[in-house]
Amino acid sequence: MSNIPEGLQYTKSHEWVEQNEDGTVSVGITDHAQDLLGDMVFVEPPEPGQQLAAGDECVVVESVKAASDVYSPLRGEVVDINEAVVEGPELINQDPYGEGWLFRLRPEKNGEQEELMSAGAYRELLESEA
Amino acid sequence: MTLKTALYEQHVAMGGKMVDFGGWQMPLHYGSQIEEHHQVRRAAGMFDVSHMMVVDLSGSQVREFMRYLLANDVGSVPAPGKAMYSCMLNEQGGVIDDVIVYDLEDNAFRMVVNAATRDKDLAWINRQMDTFDVLMQARFDLAILAIQGPAARDRVLQILGDTVTSTIGLKPFFSTVGNGFFIARTGYTGEDGFEVILPEEQVASLWQEFHRAGVQPCGLGARDTLRLEAGMNLYGSDMDESESPLESGLDWTVAWEAAERNFIGRAALEAQRDVGLSSKLVGLVLEGRGVLRNHQRVLCKSGEEGRITSGSFSPTLGKAIALARLPIGVNKSCEVEIRGKRIPAVVVKPPFVRNGKSCL
Repeated sequence: MSNIPEGLQYTKSHEWVEQNEDGTVSVGITDHAQDLLGDMVFVEPPEPGQQLAAGDECVVVESVKAASDVYSPLRGEVVDINEAVVEGPELINQDPYGEGWLFRLRPEKNGEQEELMSAGAYRELLESEA
Repeated sequence: MTLKTALYEQHVAMGGKMVDFGGWQMPLHYGSQIEEHHQVRRAAGMFDVSHMMVVDLSGSQVREFMRYLLANDVGSVPAPGKAMYSCMLNEQGGVIDDVIVYDLEDNAFRMVVNAATRDKDLAWINRQMDTFDVLMQARFDLAILAIQGPAARDRVLQILGDTVTSTIGLKPFFSTVGNGFFIARTGYTGEDGFEVILPEEQVASLWQEFHRAGVQPCGLGARDTLRLEAGMNLYGSDMDESESPLESGLDWTVAWEAAERNFIGRAALEAQRDVGLSSKLVGLVLEGRGVLRNHQRVLCKSGEEGRITSGSFSPTLGKAIALARLPIGVNKSCEVEIRGKRIPAVVVKPPFVRNGKSCL
């Protein structure tokens, strides 16, 4: 079973969201997603300053096997991207919840964040898909 | 339909991520496709390729038959052990399959054909055999193991050297037999390597022996990136029945001499050669960022278009490479459309990598 840390929030499309102290959130893809995709070789990040709505395609990650879209979990503005994964996409495989984060977002306070899944709910989703 | 090779349990036990490949359950990788790729370039890896089919042919007219069946020429004189790559063509010059054929002693040949084309290949060969004194035997009882990489020879001699003593002097593109094992110094990776054909019931223990000797199990994923770097075509992606070998970078496999040899598809290829080709298969290296994928559009300066037939990320080169079918005149640069953006690429002559080193 893949790693699903407590304390993060999750989407059905296999992104994770971490609340930062400064009000922004960090976003990445889950251990399950990186395992499905295989060795990562390319990341096309969003532009800092870009405005996103929840569900917008905002990052392309490509493994040796296939290209995959990453969807913004929330409405908000991109405030930072992880240059390290652009240079070394394998960080997503090695540390999907840490060094492999993709971008930071300043979310609008609109209640969307309460709709995201807990670790337990995401685990149930994976079990139902298995 | 789910087919399993005799190594299926081994793959699962070693953590193989099993996928469907033309009806066969095969390992895509055992954890990291890129790591497996590097192991083959730097040391040795092994592949279960038992889904491919061994076809044995024999009979008093088998040599004449092979010279009729295949576009490449096994020659009029026996060359025991010699391996040859060839296309098997239809009358229109289209590629039915690409095969490796081994010249054995005593009027016999062994051919290895692709898994996905197995049934149509057997039917086709059967139909062509009519007027020849030839026997064909499809070997459902055999497994095939490929051991590839710069250290492959050491590992093969270590484990099979006593069983098949003639392996020690085996030259590239030759084969030998002993104690029920068939060993060929051939492969699909651009590295030195061996392919071992043996009875199915013995393959699991041989696999484990190689594993204990440090040979990395490798899946179909690494097999694909290795062969692409080596500039080797994949049947069904880079060519099929709608293209001739001349249009598929395989003109070197068509033996025009001897002129009197009449092989299936010869007339069509000669006509094509005389009229001139309209497309060709080339190598592409992406200059901008991104990954080349099968079916992406290639835009040429002339306004003409081509298409990628096999594209991937090259682990050895650290950039995207591809085989592409382009209009005949294009020979330097082009652009590839990736998610609506045009990314520059250069046209190169494959291979991209040979014996662990970049050819660019």
